[in-house]
Amino acid sequence: MPDLVTAARKALDAVLDPELDEPITDLGFVRSIEAGDGELTVHLRLPTSFCSPNFAYLMASDAKDVLSALGTRVTVVLDDHHDSDLINRGLAADAGYRGTFGHEAETGLEELRLTFRRKAHTAAMERVLTRFVRDGAEPHDVVLGDLPDTPETQALLRRREALGLSADPAEPVLVDEHGEPYPREEVPLRLRFARSVRISIEGNAHFCRGLLRTRYPEEKAS
Amino acid sequence: MYTKDGENYFIVDAHIALWDARPENQLNIHGKQFIDCFYDYHRNLSPESEVWPYEEYLYQGGDRLMKDLFEDGYVDHAIFQPARLGEFYKNGFGQTEEAFALTQKHPGKLTYNHNFDPRFGEEGLRQLRRDAERFGLKGVKLYTAEWHGDSRGYKLDDPWTYRYLEVCQELGIKNIHVHKGPTIRPLDRDAFDVADVDKVATDFTELNFVVEHCGLPRLEDFCWIATQEPNVHAGLAVAIPFIHTRPKYFGQIIGELLYWLDENRIQFSSDYALWTPRWLVERFVDFQIPEELTEYAPLTVAQKKKILGLNAAAMYDIEVPAECRLPVEAGTDAGTEAVAVA
Repeated sequence: MPDLVTAARKALDAVLDPELDEPITDLGFVRSIEAGDGELTVHLRLPTSFCSPNFAYLMASDAKDVLSALGTRVTVVLDDHHDSDLINRGLAADAGYRGTFGHEAETGLEELRLTFRRKAHTAAMERVLTRFVRDGAEPHDVVLGDLPDTPETQALLRRREALGLSADPAEPVLVDEHGEPYPREEVPLRLRFARSVRISIEGNAHFCRGLLRTRYPEEKAS
Repeated sequence: MYTKDGENYFIVDAHIALWDARPENQLNIHGKQFIDCFYDYHRNLSPESEVWPYEEYLYQGGDRLMKDLFEDGYVDHAIFQPARLGEFYKNGFGQTEEAFALTQKHPGKLTYNHNFDPRFGEEGLRQLRRDAERFGLKGVKLYTAEWHGDSRGYKLDDPWTYRYLEVCQELGIKNIHVHKGPTIRPLDRDAFDVADVDKVATDFTELNFVVEHCGLPRLEDFCWIATQEPNVHAGLAVAIPFIHTRPKYFGQIIGELLYWLDENRIQFSSDYALWTPRWLVERFVDFQIPEELTEYAPLTVAQKKKILGLNAAAMYDIEVPAECRLPVEAGTDAGTEAVAVA
């Protein structure tokens, strides 16, 4: 059933590693996709056994959600992780975050997700603004309408949408997580910090990709 | 000591281990997963010529350690930062007795830092006092993702940790090396978050907090805190080997650290036996910020000397030979006292 496999791969493109802000398909975290007897079986793998269990769970449960929307029975299996047994049991039973982790879970993972959506927005903002600063613009005054139609700008608009921020062309670009611009005197510091956020995310993503290749040298991602 | 182009560098390797991850010491699958994770780090970031066979990686022993560090590695002084990992290894991961015996056998070359776990409560506090006396502790290594029964981590601002830090302050255990790991309760939040370091650094101003791996994977959060807390330092363990595979990224890391902290609060470490110090020292002395990174100033020889040894020497009161110190500046010895101000 190649169509179902293709559809599954496409659906999985929408699942992001929240920490790295990249699709798990691009990162090579999808080990295999198999379709048979009206059932999809997807194996996921991560760069180390000790990747954070909360992020591992988020990606695996997001994967199950997008695949289930295809209208077929779905099994998602996380391979080779220190919490594989726990997470796979939870996924099979649709136990949810709290049902999966029991006493280690308090309320939910939405706050964690939000933290990293904010970081992704900060990094995206820095990527577009740094170019403008080089061209001599005053970052405080740049509005969305000033930005060229590039992949970086599109990425910023998507990150804004994920935070519920407006895409109105008159909106300032350099804003905090609530969409509020910073006082002009804080702009250099805020932009400088945004660069640290971008470097950190990009560096982590490169390291994770490298470790995955080291860990699974023979296997190509599905 | 390492000498290059007429400059002498005093080398303090501020984060080393004498571990035993051999199968006979593994308690369960996690013991194997943990060392395999380390080995992947090692294979991924080392130059090909420096990659060890897996068998050698499981355990080195004291003789090999002394050779890798002091004969081949230019190291003048090294500091043990042992992780216990009592739920993964029968006799623990870091080998306390073997490491401490080595420290006594080679006076002046090695410092033994131990660890504590606040979840051991009152008994752990008594043990900390005994350990401080026996080992002459100047520092401790805290791995906050240590598993303990059904708990898989603790925070520095937990009430019990405060009690342990109060004892550290009382006993003169000044240097608290913090290593963030992935599991902590509750799992709702980011375990790598360094916000708890901020709180304890504010409340324990007599203590130094050396955040290992300079907060990676949360470099930005670490920098934000360290810029506000003068007693927060960056350990370069795990960050420095990027100098080989990803020199641009390493340039960004060191550039960010120098911007947000300063050159007095960054410490070299090989994280032996994750990596060996020889190639790291050689590469770092030769390293320069890549030209494309115009936002950072070039690294100076004085900065490299501080990072490679003078900063940690000041923190641990290790005597630095005259030929390795920095020239006296403005009436103070920049190689020792000025650094200690940080």
